Amino acid sequence: MRIDLEPRPARTLALDIGAPIVALVAAIIFGGIVIWLLGKSPTLAFEVYFINPLLEGWSLQELAVKACPLVLIAVGLSFCYRANLWNIGAEGQFITGGLLGGWLGILTHNEAYQGLIGGWWILPSMLVLGAIGGALYALIPALLRVWLGASEILTSLMLVYVAELGLDWLVRGPFKDPEGFNFPQSVVFDDIARLPFLAEGERLHAGVLLALIAALIAAFVFARSLFGFEVRLIGEAPRAARFAGFDDRKLTLTVFVISGALAGLAGICEVAGQIGQLTPKISPGYGFTAIIVAFLGRLSPVGILVAALVLALTYIGGEAAQVELSLPSDMTRAFQGILLMCVLVADIATRYRIRLRLGAAA
Amino acid sequence: MTSEMFQLILMTVVTAATPLILAAIGELVTERAGVLNLGVEGMMIMGAALGFAGAYASGSTTIGALCGIVAGTLMAALFGLLTIGLAINQVASGLALTIFGLGLSGLLGTGFVGLKRDAAPQLHIQGLSDLPYMGELVFGEDPFVYAAILLVAGTAWFLSRTRAGLALRATGDNHQSAHALGLPVRRTRFLATLFGGACAGLAGAYLTLAYTPFWSPGMTAGRGWIALALVVFASWRPWRIVLGALLFGGATVLQLHAQAASFGLPGQLLSAAPYLATIVALLFLSSGARRNAAAPAALGQPFIAPR
Amino acid sequence: MKKTAFKLVLLSAVAIAAASASFAAEKLKVGFVYVGPVGDFGYSYQHDQGRIAMQKALGDKVETTFLENVPETDSERSIEQLARSGHKLIFTTSFGFMEPTLRVAKKFPGVKFEHATGYKRAGNVSTYTAKFHEGRYVIGQIAGKMTKTNTLGYVASFPIPEVVAGINAFILGAQSVNPDVKVKIVWANTWFDPGKEADAAKALLAQGADIITQHTDSAAPLQEAEKAGKFGFGQASDQARFAPKAQLTAIVDNWSTYYIERTKAVLDGTWKSTDTFGGMDADMVHLAPFANMPDDVKKMAEETAAAIKAKKLNPFKCPILDQDGKAVECKDGKALSDAQITSMNWYVKGVDDKLPK
Repeated sequence: MRIDLEPRPARTLALDIGAPIVALVAAIIFGGIVIWLLGKSPTLAFEVYFINPLLEGWSLQELAVKACPLVLIAVGLSFCYRANLWNIGAEGQFITGGLLGGWLGILTHNEAYQGLIGGWWILPSMLVLGAIGGALYALIPALLRVWLGASEILTSLMLVYVAELGLDWLVRGPFKDPEGFNFPQSVVFDDIARLPFLAEGERLHAGVLLALIAALIAAFVFARSLFGFEVRLIGEAPRAARFAGFDDRKLTLTVFVISGALAGLAGICEVAGQIGQLTPKISPGYGFTAIIVAFLGRLSPVGILVAALVLALTYIGGEAAQVELSLPSDMTRAFQGILLMCVLVADIATRYRIRLRLGAAA
Repeated sequence: MTSEMFQLILMTVVTAATPLILAAIGELVTERAGVLNLGVEGMMIMGAALGFAGAYASGSTTIGALCGIVAGTLMAALFGLLTIGLAINQVASGLALTIFGLGLSGLLGTGFVGLKRDAAPQLHIQGLSDLPYMGELVFGEDPFVYAAILLVAGTAWFLSRTRAGLALRATGDNHQSAHALGLPVRRTRFLATLFGGACAGLAGAYLTLAYTPFWSPGMTAGRGWIALALVVFASWRPWRIVLGALLFGGATVLQLHAQAASFGLPGQLLSAAPYLATIVALLFLSSGARRNAAAPAALGQPFIAPR
Repeated sequence: MKKTAFKLVLLSAVAIAAASASFAAEKLKVGFVYVGPVGDFGYSYQHDQGRIAMQKALGDKVETTFLENVPETDSERSIEQLARSGHKLIFTTSFGFMEPTLRVAKKFPGVKFEHATGYKRAGNVSTYTAKFHEGRYVIGQIAGKMTKTNTLGYVASFPIPEVVAGINAFILGAQSVNPDVKVKIVWANTWFDPGKEADAAKALLAQGADIITQHTDSAAPLQEAEKAGKFGFGQASDQARFAPKAQLTAIVDNWSTYYIERTKAVLDGTWKSTDTFGGMDADMVHLAPFANMPDDVKKMAEETAAAIKAKKLNPFKCPILDQDGKAVECKDGKALSDAQITSMNWYVKGVDDKLPK
């Protein structure tokens, strides 16, 4: 048996809408069988997983909050990946961003350093520091690549673990809350050092807006600017780019800085947004999840927005399924994997006709 | 340091390095054929779960190891279907495979939590294994260790000395010309992917059958990612995998010894040592060398047969 | 993709309205949030055993739910999800859930919360933890008696007060029966990574330790001890099945009694915000059967355990000397206060390690 792919002459609207539906149905059938085997109701599971989170105000907010760091990081990564540079250390850049920005939050705790000028400058400075922290950390693999030819895949990944341990050490040592009974956490930042919430008593913080803005700017850069063209050219045709006189070293550093800055911004948004303090772990793996988001969104900012929301839905729906149906978390995680694969298949099906030929050699 | 202690430390380094070698050598072959499978962690944990399940049910370590291999291979087949059959983006598919594997292994392993079996027996050759300093190190390891070394040697030979190995490398370096030469690009890639999965599955089985002989969800604890990094570290050359794995495993084990001997450095700094050591070693190896020269040129690019 | 979702929502809105019609909620819904998988056979597993025991004891009066593998910094949503879905009592079982628990509690004043190992309370938030150090003192004595090399190995996770207090109590126990004993500590910097925990135990064994103690969650260190023909202790749950020849005893986290009691209090309407620090007397810390040791050691361990239970013996009785040999301040002159124990960040004399400051 072999599978042949024939490019479709043109994309059609029907396919663009139909394919995701087919993907969803396929995933539901796979998941439904397993759920049925576990003795639960597949229809109820469907409702709890996919529908309920989209109907309630609070869960819609949670979707946005969960998608926010994914969008910021993935948009940054799309610069690297378009240029064919493999930054897989966004998790580390996220952490250093949160760390550097959070440091200011700790320093200014209890209105320290606010005095005459007030505290208006704190939050913006934290965000800037966050971006700087991420950018500087991303510069390490970029410089090592440009100077010494060291593979950025390895260096950026290894630096993730170093950042995790660094955060751990700081939060247990110098950054520890002196009144925290020696538990590993910093002080809770003053309100002025927290991202404002978009509604009273809710969890939707202003970081979500930053994520939207970042995606819009990136969309503009990719579509309209010379720089966006340069990034793509270097990725797709490095030799042509060199003939055109583009400096690939400078570009390597630039895309890493952009990518690191956005990951760092995501880190500080998470720290100053929903966490409100520094703790030994500030990311449940956003830096890695964002890699899927980037590719699921086909490295386009708009695609990334949609993909991040899909991912967020699988987390929130998965939790709801654990609560409502007592499904084990492993079940929801396996289903997340199946769903992602189905979406990927659907995506390819919009571009190619898939033909199965039985009995033919590959 | 007594000879016994010296040997004990080195043996710990070897056990820490073995799962990394196994998983990395498989991924190396996959990548040499031009396929980037980021799902090593997912294939590995499936191998760990099913390897333990098979061994527990049958009472045989060998059958367990085979189950682990089959589990990893099946996962790789799924990945191959997506990325080679359907030309889907490899990075996204690999990450999805990892998520899927972590979840599925937890589900399938539920019934085996809290069970234990004896670790795989170690080789013992009268006389040889009892030699001081190196006896046990060389002649007293468990079978997985020898399997890992044989796999590396076999892979090195296969890639550099055989026609099929040459075809595999050609596929990874330029699939268009390989196709033009009449080489079966997709079949080669699929087989290389299966081999990668089999090795990752065996690496997982090593964890539950020899390293820490019980099953627990999430017990690979990121080793699949380290294996991926080691392939890069090795510049896609088989024997350098062994070097990298021993370096990483050695740094991991030695920092624990440094702590036990109380040097008074922060534990986090010592725990970061393996990662930093790997970076520094890479810098030495790659400084002055041709930039990324060894990376298969078509790595990660889907192949769609022209018509 | 967005459009799809929207269509589906519209289509199924009617169906859902019918399906999710509320059925009379007579049962008390109790939720649990775990940081690890229930299959870790350690910390989260023991909390889940408590949940199961509570469900059994209270039968059809309660309905329990749990969320496992919840990342601490992303837990606010998970806790809120439980509160929103009608759970009236929610146990959050890891320190990192503290701030999120308090924030959700503020939003849901009608829901009772119980946070394990934290120190911040509110009108509807209680805290609870156990005096694990009491058990550690007993196993320290056993280790001090059983060692032949006078070197004990300790695989530690992270330097939080509970772990530090555990190390101190262990050493005080060991020193009380064997003044020459030394303890080597290795920080694995993880709660759960069987391979790394095993490597840590191997390192300790290679450096001459013949008793392995652990404050990480898997049974790997204990298994290493068994492989080497040495002894060790189980952590969080009775791990004898992993190492029948090596486990001397295990410190078992027993949350059942507490969970039953607190759930009953909610059912009776007598629930109040409290701070519980229960030890062996309340059976929150429980020792697995003593095994693999001579009768005299067993007798000593039993007597010590009984004395601690009867509150005749306090592991942290004064005077206590710190690492530099200075006497630690002792407010009532008899023993360290609970507050001193729950915020411990210093070692007693005889510990050969440095804490990160």
